[in-house]
Amino acid sequence: MSPLYSPALLRHWRRPQNFGELPDPDGVAEELNPLCGDRIRIEVKLDGEVVEALRFKGDACAIAVASASVLSGLVRGRPADAVPESVILAELGAEIPPVRMQCLRLPIHTLRKAVAQAGAVKHGA
Amino acid sequence: MGLPPDLRADFPILERVVHGHPLIYLDSAATAQKPRQVIEALCRFYESSNANVHRSIHTLGEEATALYEAARDRVQGFIHARRREEIVFTRNTTEAINLVARSWGAVHLQPGDEILLTELEHHSNLIPWQLLAQSKGLTLRFLPVTDDGYLDLGGLPRLLTKRTKLVALAHQSNVLGTILPVRMIVDAAHGVGARVLVDAAQSVPHMGVDVSALEADFVVFSAHKMLGPMGIGVLWARWEELSRMEPFLGGGEMIREVWLDHATWNDLPWRFEAGTPNVAGAVGLTAAIAYLERVGMGAIREHEQALTALALDALRREPGVILYGPLSAADKGGVIAFNLEGIHPHDVTQALDQEGIAVRGGHHCAMPLMRRLGVPGTARASFYLYNTEAEIEALVAGLAHVRRLFE
Repeated sequence: MSPLYSPALLRHWRRPQNFGELPDPDGVAEELNPLCGDRIRIEVKLDGEVVEALRFKGDACAIAVASASVLSGLVRGRPADAVPESVILAELGAEIPPVRMQCLRLPIHTLRKAVAQAGAVKHGA
Repeated sequence: MGLPPDLRADFPILERVVHGHPLIYLDSAATAQKPRQVIEALCRFYESSNANVHRSIHTLGEEATALYEAARDRVQGFIHARRREEIVFTRNTTEAINLVARSWGAVHLQPGDEILLTELEHHSNLIPWQLLAQSKGLTLRFLPVTDDGYLDLGGLPRLLTKRTKLVALAHQSNVLGTILPVRMIVDAAHGVGARVLVDAAQSVPHMGVDVSALEADFVVFSAHKMLGPMGIGVLWARWEELSRMEPFLGGGEMIREVWLDHATWNDLPWRFEAGTPNVAGAVGLTAAIAYLERVGMGAIREHEQALTALALDALRREPGVILYGPLSAADKGGVIAFNLEGIHPHDVTQALDQEGIAVRGGHHCAMPLMRRLGVPGTARASFYLYNTEAEIEALVAGLAHVRRLFE
């Protein structure tokens, strides 16, 4: 038993929800966490402000993968910033040390960038 | 030979408990733990001899200066340098390499000149050369690494040419542990008129290095990896090179006379030691060298080699363990890079920490090497004189727990 690698976290890591790609995404972003080499790619389909579909891929630690999995499930049908890190943390039921919180946050940042990229494309930027 | 049986008692930090487990410190390649003798030497300096050096006439100033210069003599003896003036104290290995890049590179390199490095260098023996290459129009070339972690010397005749002015390479890889054939490369480099810088950060603490036998032109290392304090390192530079180098940092101590619009420089080596030095650090380094010499570098190498052989043997038999670098303990220092199949090295490192085992996970300041290995990172266990067979066994058992946790 591990306070950090909780059953919920390990479950999301083993079988992450929404792992993969979208056929025709509105927005795409890939973010790297240079401190540890975590890399997450997020593709989104949007309906206005609302996230219709999200897929993610990447080479990342269990915390980042589990966070992305939780985020992808909870954010569907809602705006991108509707799922703060506190909610993801509660869902995982894990004691994440401060230095690993950046792993938890990586999918949140990446989703924000993907939505911004979709906006830029739409406005012909 | 063999180590003193009560050696671990000299290292107070080994009493630490982490997450309810006794600390098992397997990260000496990042920094070494300090014996009481080094810690007490630092305290004693600040308690009874602290003063600024070189220009103080009062008693404390004389004592501090004597201690600082005694450290220089001690380093000279430890690495078998011909002259004490060839020992320059820096902040660390990184600063020492930057010093050579700036002070030697600035004078001796022209556009079109080449520097030969390897694919497995630590960022500190790569970035300074990248910066120099950009500012002076140089070309960097790289000796490749084989799949099993050795230097691929097949390309040497093609990569080492009359255009090569400097070869810079690690003595021991901080990731793979590989001991590079430095002496042979020094001969080849000198044959084409190139100088050689050896990054000895991982070798001086573990192997005993004789700069006169090595015949390189620059050798750099840090105190904190050899039982000494953080904040002091050494550049050993051949006198002929040091005397043809421009100053590095300018300021107090490195001058002889100063006018408003110009200055003259101090003698070697003080010309390269600007500002108040890390005198306490030098005192700590003296104590560290004394400790290492008392134990014996031969005994230390033998001990680490035995631990490494034990670890390699056990890890090869563990399911799911991927090893990187030479699999023969004789060909490497006490550093083992590995991964657990399907588990990110950060999770391996974190899970081991929960059992009190300290290893490192990530790119180990060698991102190009990680790309060459085809991985985002690895875990790394590294050994020193205070590690034991029981700790190796605990590491292997710990890895089995980690594998089961993530099943």
